Amino acid sequence: MATVTDERLFGKSIKRREDPRFITGQGRYVDDLKLPGMTYAAFVRSPNAHARIRRIDTAEAARHPGVVAIFTGQDMTGVNSLPCGWDLRKEKGVPGVIQDLAIVPHMPLSTDAARHVGDPVAVIIADSQDAALDAAEKVRLDWEVLAAVTATDKAAAPGAPVIHAGAPGNVAFQWEIGDAAATDAAFEQAAVTVKKRIVNQRLVANAMEPRACVARYEDATGELTLWVTSQNPHVHRLLMCAFVLGIPEHKVRVIAPDVGGGFGSKIFLYSEEVVCSWVSRRLKRPVRWTSTRHEAYLTDAHGRDHVTDAELALSKDGKMLGLRVRTTANLGAYLSTFAPAVPTFLYGTLLNGVYEIGAIHCHVSGVFTNTTAVDAYRGAGRPEACYVLERIVEAGALALRMDPIELRKKNFIPKFSGAHQTLVAVAYDSGDYPAATDKLLRIFDYKAFRAEQEAARKQGRLLGVGFSTYIEACSIAPSKVVGALGAGAGLYESAKVRVHPTGTVTVFTGSHSHGQGHETTFAQLVAHELGIPIEQVEIVHGDTGSIAFGMGTYGSRSGSVGGTAILMSLNKIKDKGRQIAAHLLEASPKDIEYSKGQFQVRGVPGKAVPFGAVALTAYVPHNYPEGLEPGLEETSFYDPSNFCFPFGAHACVVEVDRETGLVKVLRYVAVDDVGNVINPMIVDGMVHGGIAQGVGQALWEGAVYDERSGQLVTGTMTEYALPKADQLPMYETDRTVTPTPVNPLGVKGAGETGTIAATPAVVNAVVDALVPLGVDHFETMPLTPERVWNAIRRATTR
Amino acid sequence: MYPAAFEYHAPASIQETLGLLGRLGDDAKLLAGGHSLVPMMKLRLARPKHVIDLRKVPGLAGVREEGGSIVIGAMTTHWQVESSPLLCEKCPILSDTASVIGDPQVRNLGTIGGSLAHADPAADIPATAIALGAEFVCEGPKGRRTVKVDEWFQGLMQTALHEDEILVEIRFPAWPAGSGGAYMKFPHPASRFAVVGVAAMVTLDGKGACTKAGVGVTGAGTKAVRAKGVEAGIVGKTLDQATIEGAAQNAADGVDVQADLQGSVEYKQHLCRVFARRAIEAAVKRARG
Ligand SMILES: Cc1cc2nc3c(=O)[nH]c(=O)nc-3n(C[C@H](O)[C@H](O)[C@H](O)COP(=O)(O)OP(=O)(O)OC[C@H]3O[C@@H](n4cnc5c(N)ncnc54)[C@H](O)[C@@H]3O)c2cc1C
Repeated sequence: MATVTDERLFGKSIKRREDPRFITGQGRYVDDLKLPGMTYAAFVRSPNAHARIRRIDTAEAARHPGVVAIFTGQDMTGVNSLPCGWDLRKEKGVPGVIQDLAIVPHMPLSTDAARHVGDPVAVIIADSQDAALDAAEKVRLDWEVLAAVTATDKAAAPGAPVIHAGAPGNVAFQWEIGDAAATDAAFEQAAVTVKKRIVNQRLVANAMEPRACVARYEDATGELTLWVTSQNPHVHRLLMCAFVLGIPEHKVRVIAPDVGGGFGSKIFLYSEEVVCSWVSRRLKRPVRWTSTRHEAYLTDAHGRDHVTDAELALSKDGKMLGLRVRTTANLGAYLSTFAPAVPTFLYGTLLNGVYEIGAIHCHVSGVFTNTTAVDAYRGAGRPEACYVLERIVEAGALALRMDPIELRKKNFIPKFSGAHQTLVAVAYDSGDYPAATDKLLRIFDYKAFRAEQEAARKQGRLLGVGFSTYIEACSIAPSKVVGALGAGAGLYESAKVRVHPTGTVTVFTGSHSHGQGHETTFAQLVAHELGIPIEQVEIVHGDTGSIAFGMGTYGSRSGSVGGTAILMSLNKIKDKGRQIAAHLLEASPKDIEYSKGQFQVRGVPGKAVPFGAVALTAYVPHNYPEGLEPGLEETSFYDPSNFCFPFGAHACVVEVDRETGLVKVLRYVAVDDVGNVINPMIVDGMVHGGIAQGVGQALWEGAVYDERSGQLVTGTMTEYALPKADQLPMYETDRTVTPTPVNPLGVKGAGETGTIAATPAVVNAVVDALVPLGVDHFETMPLTPERVWNAIRRATTR
Repeated sequence: MYPAAFEYHAPASIQETLGLLGRLGDDAKLLAGGHSLVPMMKLRLARPKHVIDLRKVPGLAGVREEGGSIVIGAMTTHWQVESSPLLCEKCPILSDTASVIGDPQVRNLGTIGGSLAHADPAADIPATAIALGAEFVCEGPKGRRTVKVDEWFQGLMQTALHEDEILVEIRFPAWPAGSGGAYMKFPHPASRFAVVGVAAMVTLDGKGACTKAGVGVTGAGTKAVRAKGVEAGIVGKTLDQATIEGAAQNAADGVDVQADLQGSVEYKQHLCRVFARRAIEAAVKRARG
């Protein structure tokens, strides 16, 4: 029988329940799966950035021992293009569309052309992975290598090689938000304007576990099971069944077991899982594919890759009058699942930041290039927006010779309750932006730092501080709103709470944990609400076979959207329990209150039944309310009324080695407001990891294509520089708490704040360090030692 | 990532190893710590048909002193070099150099012989081997021979080692009293290999003048080289700031600097000079005790 506890778990830093499994090697990942009769897939990938396919000769490969079958795109008749789930078209009523999205085909195995290095054109199926890989090398590609374009700002230039017949000039779409005329007017009135080119370089997500899938088709039942490294198994199933393979959804089960990180890259439907599913049906044998790290670099959706010209208009006393932004977003060679949403509705809508700005206008064009597709990567659009804004604000402060904090404070939206309508469509839910900055400055001790900086400069040392006062939009979002903006899906979440006869609880959530710690936080929420020990709560996720439906995990939505769905089901459980308890206690349901694991008659101490007894009664309904269904299990779908908007203020201190240009991060202070916090330790972990990635973008990371050959130069971990622990300081993190009114938990979302805030904080710090030498801007990240050294040299020899 | 298929051999003696090498020739590769060879095999940039593991061959690992020289077996791991009490006392530049190679996993498996035989242009140990004036003891079918460090590095991943030989040990002749050395490196942000690394050894006489110097530069070019211009700039001189600074200006001379993502030729030449100065400064400090 379930015991009762009055431990208040909401807000407690309890240790992650899933971690013992992971750190003792007992996690169960896709690649761990062993099935009888397994075959192994290896993909033949384009070594060229752009080529027209004449013939793919598989004869020699087919003779390789162990090869079961080889397929090219020609063989996959009846299979459709991978869908793009976000439709930017005027006829759909999507606001801001200037030029309709060119919906270009993306066949799982291309039949006409290879459009980026790594584009799959054939698949080898063999009895062993070795045999498949060896045979893949024997496939002859008879094709004509074409000129390629990889650079964002050259994709739409006249004469650039055309990548898709359906997108002349390589322009995928054009879109705008804000008020162009009002912005022009604001610039006319400005005392000071600043204009900067701000490049947000391409990143690779680098989840620790590479993508993998196992597809098993069972001829006897006609059922297909796909185990896949997915952040959203139901979305995978829907897209694959309805759009690509045209197979019945009820005969398909998608399981995303333990998944080792995603950062967005595992949201999308990819060629490999579609091909393996198709092959398994064709061969009636299970098929497994596991990406190598190098394949991950070439094929996992990349992130960012914006080239922006930003302008800020200011009054003499530092009021922000207008912001003009013109961005070219590189989408890569194909439209990944949510690609068009990232540089538009997840980007332009955040350009108001935490500031009162007179007018805003933003124009975005998406372009195709011969590169890996770009889609959501941790933060998705919001880091790009925050970077543009926080860089141009700093540039404005420099131009005005005003302290960057003072400039920000002058323009903060004052504390508000209820909604704050921005100039870029969205309305913020709740916020107190000055408070976060005040707290940051107290912890950081800004005055003391400026004194230290001055003293260091006298010794020839270059110290700098950078700030970032950010906003982000998360817990994506109301279905109606996203539908109107072009989303092909709703964005609610589901949760089923099953109370077992003994009073233990299983929760089936549509959110998916691939590092976030849902098995802890969701269980905390349930144990807290029901007043039962957390050991009696199990969280199940990642299986379309057991979970009603789910939109999955991305955009910091699990706590707020998934959590609220759980809360709704818990409330239904309590309501039903109240009726059962009232019957047992011979009282009226309206007199029953639930507290500390007991249903009790209000005001009559001792007249109570514990949760477990009510559960048992629900399943052994001998003495039971008339007309009430037995059982204790409830399902809810929660569709929020708005996004949530976390915010905060970060400060970073760096020292620059003048001789080499090497930047060292000395200190990092973060004050975040993510609303109510279920598990502070997990939120801190999220913030820490996010900051590491944000610093990584500022200083080290970057996917680089060779413009001549179109090869990805940074295609392994020995070239692509991920942040390492010894390069980062101990973070100082704190919070302010402004609960959101959008959901009853008051939680906003904490998954992406670090990646959004950190990048501009670091770059601003480097600029601040170099201002005395005359450096005022960096166009391109990462700030490699050589770039910094060059900037110093240029400035000092001017 | 999976390597192409290969056959694995684990000989139990140098003689057996040489036999295998002789028989298999071109098709065979020796395996030491595997931290250069195996990544290349996984990327299928190397595809030996036979891999001959040296780990079961006795007598190839260990650090000892022999007639004033330090002798290090080829199979001695970077960690053993880093932590050897003998080296820390008698030749700290070597343990320092080993300590900045990669990360602990790499140092626990990677070997000094593997690094010097592989001759990666960005490897650390080669610079220090040049500065110290190392000698390479190779054994082949005709017996042993010794190669001086200045003949060892011949080009991009090319050494004086013959195909039918193995590198058995590396000898580091003793430096006179009043010597000190240091290795300074600018690490690649991803791999931690040296974008530029400079090792400097100096001997100071009683009056503070430099009587002997060795300076090796790695990372910037296709192979590690001796910075002769730097050595000439400090030998016979009292090593004040200006002398060191002046000599360091020659650090990139004779280096066929390669541009890549980590820097242009100009930037890397600049780094050679900066790190030469820093290495000499640290070496002088050590020499002064
Ligand atoms: C992630 C990572 C980071 C690294 N970072 C650094 C770094 O910062 N600095 C650095 O210097 N190195 C670095 N390395 C390389 C590392 O030091 C290697 O261990 C070393 O270069 C090769 O030694 P090994 O014992 O692993 O040789 P192996 O990889 O086993 O062999 C390398 C080559 O040498 C040959 N060989 C090996 N031993 C002998 C012998 N006794 N006689 C003849 N031929 C032989 C092999 O046949 C092979 O061709 C790094 C490696 C990795 C994987």
